[in-house]
Amino acid sequence: MPFGNTHNKLKMNYSAEQEYPDLSQHNNHMAKVLTPEMYANLRDKETPSGFTVDDVIQTGIDNPGHPFIMTVGCVAGDEETYEVFKELLDPIIEDRHGGYKASDKHKTDLNPDNLVGGDDLDPNYVLSSRVRTGRSVRGFCLPPHCSRGERRAIENMAIESLASLDGDLNGQYYALKNMTDDEQQQLIDDHFLFDKPVSPLLLASGMGRDWPDGRGIWHNDGKTFLVWVNEEDHLRVISMQKGGNMKEVFHRFCTGLTKIESLFKDKGHEFMWNEHLGYVLTCPSNLGTGLRAGVHVKLPNVSKHEKFGEVLKRLRLQKRGTGGVDTAAVGGVFDISNADRLGFSEVELVQMVVDGVKTLVEMEKRLEGGQSFDDLMPDQK
Amino acid sequence: MATSFTRMMSGRNTAVLLASLGAGTMATGYLMTDSNILSAEERRKLYPPSADYPDLRRHNNCMAHALTPAIYGKLRDKVTPNNWSLDQCIQTGVDNPGHPFIKTVGMVAGDEESYEVFADIFDPVIKDRHNGYDPKTMKHPTDLDAFKITNGMFDEKYVLSSRVRTGRSIRGLSLPPCCSRSERREVERVTVQALAGLKGDLAGRYYSLGDMTEKEQQQLIDEHFLFDKPVSPLLTSAFMARDWPDARGIWHNNEKTFLIWVNEEDHTRVISMEKGGNMKRVFERFCRGLQQVEKLIQERGWEFMWNERLGYILTCPSNLGTGLRAGVHIRLPNLSKDPRFGKILDNMRLQKRGTGGVDSATTGDTFDISNNDRLGKSEVELVQLLVDGVNYLIDCEKKLERGQDIKVPSPITQFRK
Repeated sequence: MPFGNTHNKLKMNYSAEQEYPDLSQHNNHMAKVLTPEMYANLRDKETPSGFTVDDVIQTGIDNPGHPFIMTVGCVAGDEETYEVFKELLDPIIEDRHGGYKASDKHKTDLNPDNLVGGDDLDPNYVLSSRVRTGRSVRGFCLPPHCSRGERRAIENMAIESLASLDGDLNGQYYALKNMTDDEQQQLIDDHFLFDKPVSPLLLASGMGRDWPDGRGIWHNDGKTFLVWVNEEDHLRVISMQKGGNMKEVFHRFCTGLTKIESLFKDKGHEFMWNEHLGYVLTCPSNLGTGLRAGVHVKLPNVSKHEKFGEVLKRLRLQKRGTGGVDTAAVGGVFDISNADRLGFSEVELVQMVVDGVKTLVEMEKRLEGGQSFDDLMPDQK
Repeated sequence: MATSFTRMMSGRNTAVLLASLGAGTMATGYLMTDSNILSAEERRKLYPPSADYPDLRRHNNCMAHALTPAIYGKLRDKVTPNNWSLDQCIQTGVDNPGHPFIKTVGMVAGDEESYEVFADIFDPVIKDRHNGYDPKTMKHPTDLDAFKITNGMFDEKYVLSSRVRTGRSIRGLSLPPCCSRSERREVERVTVQALAGLKGDLAGRYYSLGDMTEKEQQQLIDEHFLFDKPVSPLLTSAFMARDWPDARGIWHNNEKTFLIWVNEEDHTRVISMEKGGNMKRVFERFCRGLQQVEKLIQERGWEFMWNERLGYILTCPSNLGTGLRAGVHIRLPNLSKDPRFGKILDNMRLQKRGTGGVDSATTGDTFDISNNDRLGKSEVELVQLLVDGVNYLIDCEKKLERGQDIKVPSPITQFRK
């Protein structure tokens, strides 16, 4: 619920049992973890800005399951959500992020020189390469909970900082509400812009409120470095280009991100970060690096192979359709990216993608030639 | 609690933070704690109403036309006793700038008290929507005596079905945009318990939405009995779809002529309907059923939300007063092509919709024709208006069939003197 201490007084007139949601049809991380006892413990708590446990879980209640992926079913309304509701979020984080414990520490590494290779992915198969992450500005509520005033303040900060970027990062901001429908559709087709919010995952958490107020996209003149403002997170930062030179993409990503962070710091703002959870974002699935490095790659043969799922699992990669998380693959072209976000550094994750995609392309070539790829089967990373 | 989130902010950083927030923030005299963790209260102070005022320049709904920055400034920090705020009332109007077929209201009430606490915005919206009805000075009449209706039997060559609906809210429980899960379940419990007491031609059964099979559900939708899964952004932006399908359901009598929807856009929607043109019988059953349900809940110490200023209190201001929509599905192949059709409807205070409900377009020659008004006229008056209007439309259709000309009737007056 947006901006305000809603419902708390009202529901305390009823017992926790009467309030507890019906999760019998549900299959998401929140539904697996939220017992009636846990709900009873958490329901009278709130963060300093007024976010309650019901606000955290609403999206998971309203969206029992997703056809392609196991969703989290929770969002944070502010940085403190992860502390105040740790009883709920720690087990979800552990389940979602491969056993990451409440005592674990996350390492950040944005030095692109530490990446080995990655400039030689076969462009006959790898159509495009992309790295994205998110950043939240400390001291502000997150998209599910922020008021219009806060959202506009984030937008103003972003515009001001990005205006200082120059060289190959020189660019321009396009506020969503000033864009024409044509411009907007062009940017969506170029895979540059975010969806108008129709996904029930976003809408149920309150992130679609006041659309398109305070939302926009900044990109450099070359359209290889993009920042989304106020979609699912305060900022989403994306580096992308056609072809398979992931090294170049990652280099630009790190340089740009580091510059933006220092521009924000110059103005007295920092990003939400701590040594346990890394970068703090709206969805618990994006904690840590918040990093998704991926390619659009042609794998018509491999993808039909019975071992495809197993290969991806061992390489710690995931597949999506080329329209993004809510889509299916079309014409044998897949979006292949790292499955992990937390517990590995940025360099480690991009390395996994680079090495893993190389293997997949090798396998594809084998199958094209009518040979098997059994000797290429990787070990579990 | 010592956490890695806590940072001490220096005086300099505080000033920089405030300066960078741009226009509309208070730069001086502002009280802020040493931590950058702002409480909800502090956040409200940091962002004066002008920072939060929505951008309504592209909007075309009643709320957008009435909500000035001054009114917003006055009301933003108020809440009802149930903790419901103005921002929550107007969210649906901010998120939905306009509707292709109708001018929407653009705001909802979270509870009965919303209409009082936020009267400064609700009153002008009500006035706009209900043709000048002024809640400050006027009283709304209630009349559920169905026997007063005359000429309520339509020619079934044209009228395919007849229907009357309204809504009722249970006093003391907050409305669908605001209610918690337990309140919603309480509404269901109170309603279902009362309905179990209906007898004779009104005896029936409750079907909880969560327990229905998809087949049963689709059957009920096709028969025009069931409400949509909430996909309309008008509803979802107003938080009415939360926890779906928990505590939602439909009750209907064995003959499927009297139906109650539980926890859709209102606590209850009450519908009387049947195939054919016997509107009088439909309305008679409607009144009888409503009065019996009211008696049954009163026996258990509950009552409906009602006051003499606004009549029956419902979630959407457009449904205040009677909350009554009486309508028919009617075939008008000739009249619908006549350019005067719209004006005839307007003058008789009728509206047309597609046969799929408010968000649908018309298909072919069959229309849903119903009364426009809800507030300021009684139930009997509105149904009589509908009856007279539909009879007139049928008359026009017959004339056009015979090649005769038709007349546009004079406009009907708005409120009783």
